[in-house]
Amino acid sequence: MTSIDLARSNPAEPGQIKIAPGARPMAGAGLSEKISVRGLKFFYGDSLALKGVDLPIYERKVTAFIGPSGCGKSTLLRILNRMYDLYPKQRAEGQVLLDGVDVLSPKLDLNLLRSRVGMVFQKPTPFPMSIYDNIAFGIRLYEKISKSELDGRVEAALRRAALWNEVKDKLDASGLSLSGGQQQRLCIARTIAVRPEVILLDEPCSALDPISTAKIEELIDELKADYTIAIVTHNMQQASRTSEFTAFMYLGELIEFGETQQIFMSPHDRRTQDYITGRFG
Amino acid sequence: MTVLEPSKHTADAPLYRRRRGKSVLMMSLSFAAAFVGLAFLVVILLTLLIKGFGGLSLAVFTENTPPPGSQGGLLNAIVGSLIMTAIGVALGTPVGILAGTYMAEYGKHGKLASIVRFINDILLSAPSIVVGLFVYEVVVIHMGHFSGIAGALALAIIVVPVVVRTTEDMLNLVPSQLREAASSLGLPRSTVIQRISYKAAQAGMITGVLLAIARVSGETAPLLFTALNNQFGSTDLNAPMSSLPVVIFQFALSPYADWQALAWTGALIVTFAVLALSIGARVLSAGAQK
Repeated sequence: MTSIDLARSNPAEPGQIKIAPGARPMAGAGLSEKISVRGLKFFYGDSLALKGVDLPIYERKVTAFIGPSGCGKSTLLRILNRMYDLYPKQRAEGQVLLDGVDVLSPKLDLNLLRSRVGMVFQKPTPFPMSIYDNIAFGIRLYEKISKSELDGRVEAALRRAALWNEVKDKLDASGLSLSGGQQQRLCIARTIAVRPEVILLDEPCSALDPISTAKIEELIDELKADYTIAIVTHNMQQASRTSEFTAFMYLGELIEFGETQQIFMSPHDRRTQDYITGRFG
Repeated sequence: MTVLEPSKHTADAPLYRRRRGKSVLMMSLSFAAAFVGLAFLVVILLTLLIKGFGGLSLAVFTENTPPPGSQGGLLNAIVGSLIMTAIGVALGTPVGILAGTYMAEYGKHGKLASIVRFINDILLSAPSIVVGLFVYEVVVIHMGHFSGIAGALALAIIVVPVVVRTTEDMLNLVPSQLREAASSLGLPRSTVIQRISYKAAQAGMITGVLLAIARVSGETAPLLFTALNNQFGSTDLNAPMSSLPVVIFQFALSPYADWQALAWTGALIVTFAVLALSIGARVLSAGAQK
């Protein structure tokens, strides 16, 4: 079993991945870091919400962020596409490298960043327009393509999000007319339609029933072939089912990061174990 | 350890009886208050119908206001009202929408927005005669005479705070998650506002404009100091312009029975136009909630 224990790595040497003693190198270790979080601190006004987090997010893998409410996992996710920039008095310190480029740099073009790092939210957020336009909207913003090509892209995105068969006959209907689970898949389709590289999922199933949840999880499993995915979830089973890597956070700190199996079967930290077994949180 | 005994509460318990008595009393008072409010409205509408309906004829809409003792209609007043209301709304709405957009979308947490909001609330409840006097001082005196454009300006100043308020309120109702979702696609802020926020708040914002139209189409005081009146059918913005409220004011105060009858008819027209606008606004906002 491999374990990558970043929380205990020396903060003076950010990015250094310490392999636990006696661990074998990871099978087929073709992992590349899509996003590298280094010494990340985050402030809401004067209060420190992240106290120096170091974490890799591997390309074409699913990384789950777990931890009790208020631990900073959503905060961390919202830094990756600079969503916090919409609000005053929120600021981040440290480094978040996306393919080696610092995302936190003030000179960065936020709109381009967000077109590369898409996001799906807790509550489904269809735009107040037709199903078709919900998808086409984002595409039209970046590409000038013909109507037939656009139709193809919309269909492809809806198929990818496993929604096509349910909506193909009512593409003109309002996106708000769909059920909650369908709306969430519409949002995922909308996100992948602009062809991002990373998809951030912020508790994407917490407002959905179990069947819709299963569909979304299935979808995540398919999407990781093409996309790097980071998911925040309160649901332990969901984290263990969908992700390859898991980060356990607590009170603004990354307590433990490693392969999901290791985190769930043999956590190194007592707090991880307590949380996973339901002793707090 | 205390044992929970079965409840012995009965309808006769004094505490319960007193509470029920209070409830009946408050309900009767609320009912009476609602009845009084509605009764006044019904009486006003009935009076208008009885006194004004008889005067309704084609001539009202085709002839200008007459000198006392001769036949005539309200054409110049209706046209003047339409022109000044249209210009007032056309001038006031963009200012109101842009200011409301700034306050809800950009300056939300800033000091400027709260200052503007405070001033806007004052303007919203300012007596309209003050607005009339202001335009009189600033425009009419400099022009040297009353004019339609001064009237339209006064109305525009009344439109602005209404539209600012509804625009800000409606945009604030748009969930911030929707904005985040749009931003997460990489949309620039201006696009998020124009294509997502406006679209989500559309019905409410249009309702606000309709309510502003309803508000200004009945205003008399600001027009008295600005557009005054014109007995002739004039569409010249640089000349005094007649309007329904001012004509009603003038004719109702006159000693001539035929002028008074026309005033009633004018009042009927204004009231039902405003009523229609309000109903339209209600239908729109009800439709938006579905």
